[in-house]
Amino acid sequence: MRINRRRYLTQKVAKILIWMAALSTMGVMALIVLQVLSEGIPVLSPRFFLESPRSMGREGGIFSTIIGTIALTVVAIVVATPLGVGTAIFLGEYTREGRISRVIRFGIGCLAGVPSIIFGLFGFVFFVIYLNMGWSILSGGLALAAMILPTIICTAEEALKAIPYSFREVSYSLGGTKWETVTRAILPNAMPGIFTGIILGVCRSIEETAVVILTAGSSLIIPTSLFSPVRTMSVHFYILAREGISMEMAYGTGAALILLVLFVNIVANWRLNRYIRKRA
Amino acid sequence: MSAIPSSPLKAEVKKLNFYYNLVQALNDVNLPIAEKRITALIGPSGCGKTTYLRCFNRMHDLYPGNRYEGEIILYPDQLNIISPKVDPIEVRMRISMVFQKPNPFPKTVFENVAYGLRVRGEARRNLLEEKVEKALKQAALWEEVKDRIHDLAFNLSGGQQQRLCIARALATNPEILLFDEPTSALDPTATSKIEELIMQLKKEVTIIIVTHNMQQAARVSDYTAFMYLGEIIEFDKTDKVFTHPSIRLTEEYITGRFG
Repeated sequence: MRINRRRYLTQKVAKILIWMAALSTMGVMALIVLQVLSEGIPVLSPRFFLESPRSMGREGGIFSTIIGTIALTVVAIVVATPLGVGTAIFLGEYTREGRISRVIRFGIGCLAGVPSIIFGLFGFVFFVIYLNMGWSILSGGLALAAMILPTIICTAEEALKAIPYSFREVSYSLGGTKWETVTRAILPNAMPGIFTGIILGVCRSIEETAVVILTAGSSLIIPTSLFSPVRTMSVHFYILAREGISMEMAYGTGAALILLVLFVNIVANWRLNRYIRKRA
Repeated sequence: MSAIPSSPLKAEVKKLNFYYNLVQALNDVNLPIAEKRITALIGPSGCGKTTYLRCFNRMHDLYPGNRYEGEIILYPDQLNIISPKVDPIEVRMRISMVFQKPNPFPKTVFENVAYGLRVRGEARRNLLEEKVEKALKQAALWEEVKDRIHDLAFNLSGGQQQRLCIARALATNPEILLFDEPTSALDPTATSKIEELIMQLKKEVTIIIVTHNMQQAARVSDYTAFMYLGEIIEFDKTDKVFTHPSIRLTEEYITGRFG
């Protein structure tokens, strides 16, 4: 009976510890979100979203930074998705485990571990200076694309790995080529996983500050082309808070940022569930 | 080895050796495949039946380190299926396969059957519809699914899914249809439906079937090859193999003394 009691006790302690881990994680998250939202939401109004900042952001809204955020994210995703998914397909379907795939995976692993400020520095030296693209949407988007590439590759590769081998065999047995097998039998089934990776990339692009500040500048003017400099919402938040311009406006921007990320995730989830329901 | 079939040959295996890397899985096997007849491969687990079957559509080419020696001649054009010079895709366009477990794609019934046609570049809707309907009728599935042809294939029962896979393999008019233990994942009712279907199909196509189930081989096939340890021990008309096997090992296997 002693053993039983000990096992019972272990079970109880484990349960409490695990609950505590989960609750404290959620608690910290809730604390941050609530803090920003409670300070920021009073600032939010239609005018806050639709007016551009005036006098360095002390007054007006955040319209131009919303445009900047969206523009950079779109460039980053448009560039990183085909490269990332293509690399994942190469690793999963077009090459056997060997030296080349190991070198590529090692490279991806390194990229994933690099702090974002390094991507910023790289973007600044390479895109802004060397390629003479200046502080611009293009420079910023390309640097962000490099930053989110490992995420997209890894999630896409996992999604491809999860496809049962029988689908490949059936497709080949019906006379399919490798390309037909990839595009008709594998990719459609891996789409939900790949999409999840892309959404992760979207959220990281929206939130990123260090890369953007070094590659896209901090202009508050509404951009007119890919070569215009922009300021994103996160950078705006950083500058407002760091330079003590207006904590009120900073919190407003922070709240808008959190709501944007929430919105992206909700819409993505909804689309994803619809896609999955339609197919299964 | 005996008994050359009296009907014309669709294919002929000559001195086939097959290696998984260094491990030899098939040892100098020969086998005539009679046209529009059913040839069954029987034998205990691990004897090489499935390995043998998968040589016919070059499935082994999908994995590294596999090696063929010898010939599988496909008639009438005397193409050596396993020659490295022959493109496996060309072989698979002529020889289809039905797998052990029903494995429809997560697509609609229609798109499953149309898959082989689509990879061949067929995009004309009316032609696809016509061929899909024909294949589903051949697979004795049309009546059951004609009203839900655009539903997902996963909504069908296991037996229906396997008949769908047969329709998918038939849609491209293969010359040979390979069955790899097609009923081992099905219940008895679904099994007897598939067996009936296989017997119907030999009017149109040459069939090779691997089976664990000796009664199944006896019921459906015209010729039977008994395999053991990567070799063909006995090949003859099915009646002969099951009533008067000429080799002791065959007799022991079919009477259930080992296997």
